[in-house]
Formats: sequence, C-alpha cells, structure tokens
Amino acid sequence: MTLAFLDSIPWEMIFWAAGKAIFVIFLVVLPLVSYTVYAERRVSAAIQDRVGPNRTGFPTSLLGFKKDLQLFLGGLGQPIADAMKFILKEDFTPGGVKHFYFWLAPCLAMLPLVSLAFIPFGSSLFGEKMVIADVNVGVLGIFAVTGCSVYAIVLAGWASNSKYPFLGGIRSSSQMISYELSMGLSIIPILMLFGSMNLSDLVQYQADNGWLLLPLWGNGWSWERWAMLVPLGISFIIFMISVFAETNRLPFDMPESETELVAGYHTEYSSMKFALFFLGEYAAMIVGSALMVVFFFGGWHLPLIPDGNGNGGLSFLSAIPSWVWGIVNITAFFGKVALILVFFIWVRWTLPRFRFDQLMKLGWLYLFEIALANIFLTAAVLALTNSK
Amino acid sequence: MAYVVQRPELTFKEKAYLPSILNGLKITFGHFKKMIKGETKVTMQYPEEKWDSQLPEHYRGAPTLVRDEHNRERCVACQLCEFICPPRAITIKPMEIPADDKFAKVEKRPAEFDIDMIRCIYCGMCEEVCPEQAIYLRKDYAINGLTRAEMVHNKAKLYELGGVFAGLVHKWNPEK
Repeated sequence: MTLAFLDSIPWEMIFWAAGKAIFVIFLVVLPLVSYTVYAERRVSAAIQDRVGPNRTGFPTSLLGFKKDLQLFLGGLGQPIADAMKFILKEDFTPGGVKHFYFWLAPCLAMLPLVSLAFIPFGSSLFGEKMVIADVNVGVLGIFAVTGCSVYAIVLAGWASNSKYPFLGGIRSSSQMISYELSMGLSIIPILMLFGSMNLSDLVQYQADNGWLLLPLWGNGWSWERWAMLVPLGISFIIFMISVFAETNRLPFDMPESETELVAGYHTEYSSMKFALFFLGEYAAMIVGSALMVVFFFGGWHLPLIPDGNGNGGLSFLSAIPSWVWGIVNITAFFGKVALILVFFIWVRWTLPRFRFDQLMKLGWLYLFEIALANIFLTAAVLALTNSK
Repeated sequence: MAYVVQRPELTFKEKAYLPSILNGLKITFGHFKKMIKGETKVTMQYPEEKWDSQLPEHYRGAPTLVRDEHNRERCVACQLCEFICPPRAITIKPMEIPADDKFAKVEKRPAEFDIDMIRCIYCGMCEEVCPEQAIYLRKDYAINGLTRAEMVHNKAKLYELGGVFAGLVHKWNPEK
C-alpha cells in the first residue's frame, strides 16, 4: 500500500490551523475566561465598596518555595484554585434526570468557543493570516454557531427533571430567539455599507478607512461616512443590548435569576458540569465582545500602528520587523476585548434585572422595530451620499 | 380605605431609559474610582492587621490562671469554677500542698487544671465566681489547634497565658 495520499494533504495548512486554534482557545481564551471571572469579582467588589478576593497567590509553595507567589494585585491565583475546586468536587447526578441530555447540555454550553474560529484576532504573523477559518460567510457562521448555544440551556432545563431549571430553560429559549432577531438585523447596516461577510476583509477595510464608529483616517474623514455614523450608532446600541441578552448577562439574566429560579437551568448541576456552564457563559461573553470589536472598533487595528506585513501606520515604524507588529495587533485585539468585558461587568453591577415581560416588550416592540427601520435609514443614507 | 397611587408622569428622557442607565453607570464608576484610589474605608485585613490594640476594656477572651507577686498560684482548687461553668469546660484535679512547701499553709492547689477551649463559651462566670481571683478572662481570642487535644489548655498553658497578677484579693481588700 502506498502512502501517496499523504502528499495530497495540505500539511502546512493543517499545521497553521491547529496552531492557531490551540493558541486562541487554550492560550488566550480559556485563561481570559478564568481571569474574566476574577475581574468580575474584583470589579464588583470595588463597585460595592468591598475588597474582593485578594489572598490566593500562585501555589509556588507546592514547588518547595517558602511562600505562595503574590503578584501585584493579589488573588491572581484565585482562578486556579476555583478550577481545582470544581474538578475535585463530587459530581452529583440527581435521580430522575434524562441522562444522555443531562450530559450533553454542558458539552453544548462550550459551543460558543467554536465561533471564535471565524474571528480575525490579528492581522498576520509570518505571512499567515491570524484567523482560524477565513471564510466568506464569517458573519453567518458566527450567528449559526451562537444560535446553537440556546440548546445547551434548553436541554439542561428540560433534562434536569426539576421545575426551576425547566422554567429557566423556557425563559432562555424565548429570550435568546427573540434577541437573535434584532441582533442579526442590527448587523445588516454594516453588511450594506461593506458589501461582504468576510470578517477579516471587514477589519482590513476599517484599518484602511477608519473604524466604523471612529472614521478618522483613510476615506473615513468624509461627511458621507460621518452621516453613516447615525445608523451605525443605532445598530451598535441594538447589537450591544442584544449581546447582553444573548449571553444571559444582567440586566437580562432571566434564565438563571437567583431570586426567582434558585439558579435557573444549572440548578441541578454540580462540579465540572456546572463549571462548563459557567465557563460557557463567559466564553459567550468573550465571543460577543470580540464581535463588537470586529464590527465596530476596528478589530486588531490600532491607529498609526502598521499591520503584520508592515503596511500602513507611521512610516518609520516599518523599520522594525513586521512580526513585532503582528504580535502588537493580536495584543491590541485582545486588549479591546478585555475593555469591552470590563464594560460588561460594569453594566452587570449597575443595573437591576428586567422583568420578563419587560424584556420581551423591549425585544419585540422596540429593538426589533428600530433595527428594521435602521436598515431603511442606512439605505437612505447610502443612496443620498453615494458613499458606497 | 382604598386609594389610588398616582403614576408619575415620565418625561421622554426618562422613558428613553438610556440616560438613566448612563447615570447609573456614572454612580457605580464613582464607587469604583474611590475604591481604586483607596478612599473607601474597607474591612480590616485580618491576619495582617489585628484589632488587639482596639479591644475594649471589658473584652472577654480566653480564661487564664494567674500567680500573685510571690509567684504563688492563686488558685486553691475550690472547684467553684468547675461547678459554675455552664458548658462544663473546666476540669480540676485538686491536690494537697506538701508540708515542706513554702505555701503549705494554703493547703490546696490544683494538680491539674484543664479548660477545654472547644467547649468554653467565654461567659466569664468562672472569673466572677472565683473567691481568690485566680482565674481571669484575658484578651486572647485567636485560639486554634489541629487536634481536639491541642485545644485543651492545661495548667502550664493557663499560667503561661495568665502571668502575674499583683495586689490584694477583693475579699481581703478593705475598699471592697
């Protein structure tokens, strides 16, 4: 038997794709998830005039050092300790659950991570584009994958065989389906302006012509683009509110509202299965923030900084090897994501929870209509200014 | 009597909701900034800062035994504290003071004096009942151990914590 088919496999492509996937998921996003949880606790504490977790260091005493390593803030080892706690806890399955779906739901909860594949997290490094799947239907792909994440909650609610998770699952299914509509519609003005669904091209366009919400360079400095800010601003606000609802964050955390539903859909889960829901929620937050960055805040682009091929930016900066700028771009992207995550947290500790009928009213009677009207507004602005 | 609560008339700004959200964000950010700048008064960081210096005069900590200025054990093993102790934390085994001892005329002293600090409720009844003022509640509050046995304070430990207490016992004190 010959191994000729080995030659037909694009090894280099597989190597890059796997490398990028491992980098994004395991080296960036999962640590980002756990440190978002930590940031959530510290920021919420500061907002509520408390101190928050500032004790746990990195467990260097296990390696034979005298004390645990405390870095500048203190408590930075907390996510590690939390993870250990979740792994070591008893995984209790209550009686009467539907076992297959009960196990399937937490696996599906990590689905938002898949949609990271479509997000361009950097310009390019050593000539390789920093996006795992550079496809022309990136926007659709993301919506397809995030649309599936409702199944985790619905299945968890139904399979738990308990009334609080059931109510949480029902609430979440209606909420997520309602807000997906306005979320999708709010993106359409961008697609109309840009005319393609390829996310890395969208970011490149913003790098050349100004971020969608900050058109200050390239041909962005024109009154046509500034007129576009009106519909784009509206679609940004709608998109942001929908992301809050899609990720079940306060003020829309109806599916797990503690005061009414104990813990909602994950009431009956314990140990690592619960942790997966928990991580999934924060991963969804990260995906949402990444989308906001890609659509509205120029993705990996920073003003005056060249991209990974040394193009653009201040001319004297091009003397420095371009891979440095590739790394700067990646850092800039995740820095922007982190800023938006802090905003998520800030909003969470500011606003009280909506009532469920208010949530539905807001989604169906206001956001949906405004997003729909916004499309026509965009079309009108585009037609009047010929800015396409 | 039933009465109608007037619904407030909302202005457009209030109905639009977003301005009030911004207001709320401003308030929480104010708290955040104050905390970051260290202006917020927060709880005591316990193991580093302790409140020993701020304990009130009447604070009741761990019960201890004291000696007098002649290094004599004040306790005469009358066992009143053992009998009064509500959770029965105190166990005393009395002994006769041998005739050749310097304090032989006192006649009795505890051979063993155990206070189980798991049981002790810091009520201070032992201090109140003691006719010799031999047992005092001091200000030690952080009492810990890894085993139950470690949590029992024996006589040596109690004297170590108590130290010396000079002056007349109340019952001989003319001023009392």
